[in-house]
Amino acid sequence: MRVRGAARFADTVDDMTTQTAVSLRDVTKNFGDVEAVRGIDLDIAPGEVVAFLGPNGAGKTTTIDMLLGLSQPTSGEVEVMGMKPRDAIAHGLVSAVMQTGGLLKDMTVRETVAYMASLFANTESVDDVLKRSGISQLAARKVGKCSGGEQQRLRFALALLPDPALLLLDEPTTGMDVEGRRAFWGAIREDASRGRTVLFATHYLEEADQYADRIVLVSKGKVVADGTGSQVKALASGRTVRATWPAADVERLTALGGVDSVEVRGDTVHVHAKDTDTVARYLLSETNARDLEITARGLEEAFINLTGAQA
Amino acid sequence: MSTTTATMGSTVDVTSRNVPRFGGFNSTMLGIELRRMLRNRRTIIFTLVFPAAMFFAFGGQSGWDEKVGSGNVAAYILVSMALYGAALTAAAGGAMVAIERSLGWSRSLRLTPLKPAVYILTKALVALTMGAIAVTVVNVAGIVQGKPSMPVGTWIACALLTVVCTLVFAALGVFIGYLVPGENAMQVLGPGLALFSFVGNVLIPITEGTTMWHVASFTPMFGVAEIARSPLTHELPWYAVLNAVVWLAIFIGGAAWRMSKDTARV
Repeated sequence: MRVRGAARFADTVDDMTTQTAVSLRDVTKNFGDVEAVRGIDLDIAPGEVVAFLGPNGAGKTTTIDMLLGLSQPTSGEVEVMGMKPRDAIAHGLVSAVMQTGGLLKDMTVRETVAYMASLFANTESVDDVLKRSGISQLAARKVGKCSGGEQQRLRFALALLPDPALLLLDEPTTGMDVEGRRAFWGAIREDASRGRTVLFATHYLEEADQYADRIVLVSKGKVVADGTGSQVKALASGRTVRATWPAADVERLTALGGVDSVEVRGDTVHVHAKDTDTVARYLLSETNARDLEITARGLEEAFINLTGAQA
Repeated sequence: MSTTTATMGSTVDVTSRNVPRFGGFNSTMLGIELRRMLRNRRTIIFTLVFPAAMFFAFGGQSGWDEKVGSGNVAAYILVSMALYGAALTAAAGGAMVAIERSLGWSRSLRLTPLKPAVYILTKALVALTMGAIAVTVVNVAGIVQGKPSMPVGTWIACALLTVVCTLVFAALGVFIGYLVPGENAMQVLGPGLALFSFVGNVLIPITEGTTMWHVASFTPMFGVAEIARSPLTHELPWYAVLNAVVWLAIFIGGAAWRMSKDTARV
């Protein structure tokens, strides 16, 4: 089974009486002839932690850029906290953390925070922000002399300066080690528990599954699945039977009950099915297929299956 | 990074949020930008020390006390060197935009309420201030040396006009900053401005009416130099004013054009 339209689940449909944090209506974005986003509809309720999951080139970053008002949709409507993205930014309601760059090496940590803080109408004192972000001891250090982790903490402090209602994270843990990743997500979850809406783009299924309340799976500029981690995993149920079978009878195989798809690669045949026992029994008793191998379909494979990405 | 604002409830009250006044313009930002310029050793050497040294080298050449307008040749050279120094400073300030862009800082700023026009205004103010410092340094060098002579009013008028004229080069700096990636912008601007100064009747005198003069009158340093020296020379040909206006328009237009195209994720 390949999910073609968006697989929506009843319990993630937003309560439309409350204001949405993010609202995308039939949004498309073309770059010349390239259709980066091909009609995305998405509502995110305040306080949700949502993973925007998809392979590179799925349109995640393009969508985030539109939410930040950095680019305009070719068609459709984008609203953040009930406002146009640029207005939401002007009100200090949206922040983003970039994975790299975005800092000036010749400024000190304190100057960077003070500079950014001066641009918003409502922020806290620079000292409080430094202390809370655990970078007080770095205040006088030049940003260029800070380690990668320290710079990331600074980026975080900057993103939280205006106390945004929505925090956007584009591949936030790229380059982090396991420990750093855990600490990062611990902080994000704690922060989100106070009501901040978080939308993060990632191509790690595991990360999305572990840290998001909801996974929006995008592929080729469209939402292909939308639900909780377990719901998305359920889409991945089933196993794969691999067998060596020259001149495989694909038609017969496909006709078997519970078979999702059949793939022939040279002499080997790959059968994705919910009921692999039936497939195996058929292959061994009625054909000359040999070297059978049955494997559970992992999340990665489900991901590939749903997004149509090349393995 | 582990906690958030103490005042934050379960959700953010959207109506309690304001947009900053003046598009985000404020003295904290301006102060930090100025400090950054003054901390940059290369800026200090190329824009403050170098023009003053050039003045000491050229300002005492033979014939320094010949009369020019209401002053002497040394005064003429003083104004020219101050313009050269101020132009370099302003261009360096403008070119910092290039470095900021390559580091992704411009993108960070676009995620704040700061209006792009206010960012440019701040950069222009920093360029003007640095230009004023450069002009002051060369003028102090002139006073210390003691050769330049012109009425005090002329002296002040020339200095003020020079500072205003540096805006042309601040715009050029921004434009080049967008065209040439990263820290290379200054590598283009330094020799470029020196060349324009030579062919633009700033560093060496060009005889009026010669072919060289006609060529010079089309180069970007020519117009502003004539304007900056006009209180001294009492001469201001119409084509010098036209030159300055056209080049200002070209540089501002170029900077605005590149800036509007600046959608790259850098």
